[in-house]
Amino acid sequence: MQTIAELSRALSVRTLSCVELAQDALARIDAAGALNAFVTVDGARALDAARAADARLAREDAPPLTGIPIAHKDVFMTAGMRTTCASRMLADYVAPYDAHIVERLREAGTVLVGKTNMDEFAMGSSSETSYFGPVRNPWSTRCVPGGSSGGSAVAVAAGLIPAATGTDTGGSIRQPAALTGVCGIKPTYGVCSRYGLIAFASSLDTPGAFARSAEDCALLLTAMAGHDARDSTSLARPAEDYARSLRAPASAKPLARLRIGLPREYFREGLEREVAAAIEAALRELRALGATTVDVDLPMVKHAVPVYYVIAPAEASSNLSRFDGVRYGHRAERYADLEEMYCRTRAEGFGAEVKRRILVGTYVLSHGYYDAYYLKAQQVRRLIANDFARALAQCDVIAGPTAPTCAFDIGAKADDPVQMYLNDIFTIAANLTGMPAMSLPCGFTAGGLPIGLQLQGNYFDEARILDVAHRYQQATDWHRRSPPSPQPSPHGGDREQITAR
Amino acid sequence: MTFSLDDVIRIAHLARIDVDADTARDVRGKLDAIFGLIDSLQAVDTTGVAPMAHAQDVTLPLRDDVVTDVDRRAVYQAAAPAVADGLYLVPKVIE
Repeated sequence: MQTIAELSRALSVRTLSCVELAQDALARIDAAGALNAFVTVDGARALDAARAADARLAREDAPPLTGIPIAHKDVFMTAGMRTTCASRMLADYVAPYDAHIVERLREAGTVLVGKTNMDEFAMGSSSETSYFGPVRNPWSTRCVPGGSSGGSAVAVAAGLIPAATGTDTGGSIRQPAALTGVCGIKPTYGVCSRYGLIAFASSLDTPGAFARSAEDCALLLTAMAGHDARDSTSLARPAEDYARSLRAPASAKPLARLRIGLPREYFREGLEREVAAAIEAALRELRALGATTVDVDLPMVKHAVPVYYVIAPAEASSNLSRFDGVRYGHRAERYADLEEMYCRTRAEGFGAEVKRRILVGTYVLSHGYYDAYYLKAQQVRRLIANDFARALAQCDVIAGPTAPTCAFDIGAKADDPVQMYLNDIFTIAANLTGMPAMSLPCGFTAGGLPIGLQLQGNYFDEARILDVAHRYQQATDWHRRSPPSPQPSPHGGDREQITAR
Repeated sequence: MTFSLDDVIRIAHLARIDVDADTARDVRGKLDAIFGLIDSLQAVDTTGVAPMAHAQDVTLPLRDDVVTDVDRRAVYQAAAPAVADGLYLVPKVIE
């Protein structure tokens, strides 16, 4: 599968048409149905957009991403194409408007092919809790792809499309990127508008992107970022070209003067041996490119998971109170009065993990517990942010593993929420602080499963993170590896399970 | 923190989610495990630490107090389970 940058060159010199590219994507998506990466595919709409894109190229007024097939995580609202959040609650919901990043990427010329599968309401680390059935990892279909943006990660990893959007609330872009061997970036909170993103935890939710290379991530982020008055937390900043430093020619020591911080806390217990070995190898490569490494301490980061599992459910319980069967979404068929309508609608419409998080959030916000849980978590959140501020005074970027393990078997952690939550042990802090972070492929286990390197930076330092990743990718080819082509799967039974639900 | 079945049923009612007895028993065990994780925060000394509600410590923007929305009622209500005469229909709440 070619990168966005390569496809754009082929489209601009007309050795490839946008319609051919869209047809190819649609055929690949069709052949890879067993991966269950998509909730909705709209071939007719994609081909219409591709024809319009070809016309723009012919008129030579084409914006930078013209003709590039893309899919949006099914948490972003798309007018005229259903938006389900992979929930029964919104299984038939068609939004009345587009999310800001959907608008931006359309204006940049992308061709929307469909909506990707995910954990229900973006709550999960495995993409197993979808109402439409689990997403499968193309490197081993027994395994989860990570989550919650698993469908987007798989769509790019399996070479179905070159680009997809995601959201990252506690690692939901970076962890699936690591587990499927693609690049995923979560920008600084406030850089991409949350308008039209169905809210999970508003102080943490961050739109971002998946692609095969850091350069492609930079192109996507350049199109997505920008102020939007309809999101009160969207930041008014000058437009930024995130690919600006990537055009400098490759040199022997492109990372000279770069200081990489290595948090001791990220290289301790719980880190799988093969993951640790791949990260160490990546650090050797970065040093060979001229970077120096320095040990840093993040003593409070061990509290990131419990802080997150107070703050995110608290915000979720509040945000998801809007799903009551009145204005949109599912409504129970039988009820005696209004209260019973609410209670049955929500019992039927939400899956088990979403309900659990609503209950946790309801409890920590309830009378008498607010100070002990919610306020306490917000105070520890501040201490974690202080740790990162101190560490980033000693270094330019922080590197480490994205996830403690490679992809695990479907079902392996499904009944143990705490084990599932610990998947995000290295990713959550960047959501609590709001700092940018990305995952990029840096190796494989002996069993052939991808491993991801996480780079974190200071606020608004996306361009630097992307530059480091790009230099690493100029010297390595992990991001060029592709999983085996999708086979007519032995797991074809999934589709029946979906209908049975 | 450990939860009783009554706790689970009370919290579920606060959240307006029906739970049957089997679900409540399963949820109870999982909540105990989740709060086992969360309760570790109580050991952290946070004396004098200002709570961090948000990633960016910026003042929310203000705009002029004028109507900016246009009437999109029909578009929004197209997604509703039950509407009549521009109103959302719900079961009767006043006898």
